[in-house]
Amino acid sequence: MRQIDLDELEDIAVGAGILGAGGGGDPYIGKLLAKAAVAEHGPVKVVDLEEVPGDAVVVSAAMLGAPTVMVEKLPRGDEIVKAFSLLERRLGTEVTHIVPLEIGGLNSMMPFCLAAKVGKPLIDADFMGRAFPEVQMVLPTLSGISASPMAFADDKGNGAVIEAVDNKWAERIVRASLVEMGCVTMIVGFPMTGRQARECTIPECYRTASDLGSVVRRARAKHSDAVAAVTEHLNGRELFRGKVLDVNRRTERGFARAEIKITGFGESAGQVFTLRSQNEHIVISDESQILASVPDLIITLDSESGEPVTTEELQYGFRVSCLVAPCDDRWRSEGGLAVVGPRQFGYDHDYVPAV
Amino acid sequence: MRIGIDVGGTNTDAVAMQAGTVLAEYKHSTTPDISSGIFSALTSILAEAGDPGQVTAVMIGTTHFTNAVAQARDLLPVAAVRLGLPATKELPPLTAWPAALHRAVGDNVYVCSGGHEFDGREIAPLDRDELKRVAEDIAAKRIRAIALTSVFSPTNDEMEHEAAEILKGLVPDAAISLSSEVGRLGLLERENATIINASLADLAVQATEGFRQAIQEAGISAPVYVSQNDGTLMNLEYVERYPVNTFASGPANSMRGAAFLSGSDDCAVVDIGGTTSDIGILQGGFPREAGKAIVSIGGVRTNFRMPDVLSLAIGGGSIVAEGGEHLVGPTSVGYRLAKRALVFGGDTFTATDAAVAMGRADIGRPENVDRVDKALAERALASISTRIADTVDRMKVSAAEIPAVVVGGGGILLPDTLPGLSKLVRPDHFAVANAIGATIAQVSGTVDQLFSIDSHLTRERAVARATEMAAQRAVDAGAAADTVEIVDVEERALAYVPGNALRIRVKAVGSLLDETS
Repeated sequence: MRQIDLDELEDIAVGAGILGAGGGGDPYIGKLLAKAAVAEHGPVKVVDLEEVPGDAVVVSAAMLGAPTVMVEKLPRGDEIVKAFSLLERRLGTEVTHIVPLEIGGLNSMMPFCLAAKVGKPLIDADFMGRAFPEVQMVLPTLSGISASPMAFADDKGNGAVIEAVDNKWAERIVRASLVEMGCVTMIVGFPMTGRQARECTIPECYRTASDLGSVVRRARAKHSDAVAAVTEHLNGRELFRGKVLDVNRRTERGFARAEIKITGFGESAGQVFTLRSQNEHIVISDESQILASVPDLIITLDSESGEPVTTEELQYGFRVSCLVAPCDDRWRSEGGLAVVGPRQFGYDHDYVPAV
Repeated sequence: MRIGIDVGGTNTDAVAMQAGTVLAEYKHSTTPDISSGIFSALTSILAEAGDPGQVTAVMIGTTHFTNAVAQARDLLPVAAVRLGLPATKELPPLTAWPAALHRAVGDNVYVCSGGHEFDGREIAPLDRDELKRVAEDIAAKRIRAIALTSVFSPTNDEMEHEAAEILKGLVPDAAISLSSEVGRLGLLERENATIINASLADLAVQATEGFRQAIQEAGISAPVYVSQNDGTLMNLEYVERYPVNTFASGPANSMRGAAFLSGSDDCAVVDIGGTTSDIGILQGGFPREAGKAIVSIGGVRTNFRMPDVLSLAIGGGSIVAEGGEHLVGPTSVGYRLAKRALVFGGDTFTATDAAVAMGRADIGRPENVDRVDKALAERALASISTRIADTVDRMKVSAAEIPAVVVGGGGILLPDTLPGLSKLVRPDHFAVANAIGATIAQVSGTVDQLFSIDSHLTRERAVARATEMAAQRAVDAGAAADTVEIVDVEERALAYVPGNALRIRVKAVGSLLDETS
């Protein structure tokens, strides 16, 4: 058991932005929310997976909706507690632990806020090891663990608990509702035992994010190559460094998609790369072949600072470095690819492992 | 004839221009009293350029308000009123403010019912009784500046106006700043800028009165405008209410001035001073705005429209030495260049000395650099060229070669050509590029809104509506209607929600009536 202090939150925010793989929303507002929660309720106890008892009652928490809306319509604060209470009442038993759904981006901070507010320990493990856009895109889906009953609540005080037939249906129902709720909702779901949590999570998500953030911070302080440091830390591979030539954004089947052309520098001079994004980065290719795809993490960093650059921020002239880092092995299985492989995002090709 | 005055922290520059020609220029150190400094500039310029009656407009660029905030002085206590409950409660106004500025504006925070959703629905109705209680408290505390921020007010500003009416009725002498007039989407950042604006209310009145007085005493009866951060103008009445829009107008003016002098609407601008080089891009005659749009003012996050400018630690006074990350800088002798550089009899090898040693310039006593390491000087200049060329390349908006305009005293550090640039232009009057930029400025109107797209409002109609609104705002700001053109349209779908929410940004620009009449 350990505590995460305010300095470490800064590092986690940077690291979580990197693990967002182009999406997940800017953790800035999340960081302010986490600080506010800690200031009011005291520090959060973080436990490793091994410390979680087998019979623990574990639930997961996250924000679902548009980060762009959340930076304008800030949270009321207790919607996540409302969702938690609704679920706890439905379960008829006391929840003992909270586990993050998604370490990538803003959602690194939401379970942290809930843990502070309800005084429950937070498990240092998550369901994705990165950011994905939909509720069913989590390891528990592979293990047959249901998202339901799932509670969600908005800033008006509305709340509901759903029983969906599968996790994709949970996604559909909550997604439709959240638009009515003003595009932001807090969800608490995936009730499971401690034993199950050990099987269907990726350990040490906060430690990974925190270490990544400190790698960037230290590299910058030394004026050394932050991109190389991040790549090494993630056991990844740098694909190229370059400059954004063109960004073509469009909305398709309810998703913000972008096709980004990047011209290479240095060793990649003269080559043009195409990055396809749908909230997160999905596929990266050069002129002849696909270099990497989901579920591996395709990450864009500001070449100078090493700070993560999201799909929405990418625009002409941005100097970015693109790297790919391996996802959790379970995502690479047949079952994993059936949930988060390129075909699930509408691409007509198989997974291309990059590392 | 127009007169442009740039009141900087160090120097006050002024020019008189007519039909694109500079009639007179003036440079003097800035006086503590803004009004007498402007008066001196005007009389000196008019002595050379002509009769006060010929002046059709006076444009002023100033760092007065920026400096006040940076030093947390002369600021009013502010009542920060937000309309957003039941949402937004978790992060109240003044969240994450640095202590000194927080103290200066006080801790008078009111979070009330109201605000809108992304699609225009109300989060909650405005509660008049609640606002009356807030007004009574503000009046009891004798606070005279109110910052009013409503959720999604850039999309729908009705509630801010309605609440302002109520507050005005009960606190009649208060200066009320509306966030919808100040910033774009991003509640905390827009609210921060609105609070800063409100805190400048007294200073704004003093400054604009000083401007009016100086201009009147100089015998000029023409309208007066002040530059804002996107390189366009606002009138004095608007500055009085929204002084915060003058922040960072300097770089925009300098870039516009440089472009004017070179005659190019699409070019890079390289402003090389004593310590730093500022590099920006002009696109269709206007500075390209920064993408991240998060700008810290005195340690407070805001989301102003700011020119995208990159600064390098390269200037005429940069010290040349082996061992650092670069051969040149970041240390500079700065304003002591005239004492410390070798060519001026000093003991420090500066970038200026390297330029003189390699025959690029004839400054001071060139014989002083006869014995410096020529190979080092050559490598230093090459390193400067590479770093500046790389930065320009990073900033460029298209792959095509563009011209670069070099202004500032450090222009001698660059050769006649750089890779990726069609030519380097070193114009006359480069020392007063700021004042020239102010003089030639136009007026603008911008819209940054979320539109909810459905069968009643197609994408095309939403863009058309935003375009009309922007054009109207430009006319409201003083543009001649037949000169208004749309200079920028950007659409962006919201991530993670089904595709019915579209964020549209449009900017319209027009010429002031005096030019066209």
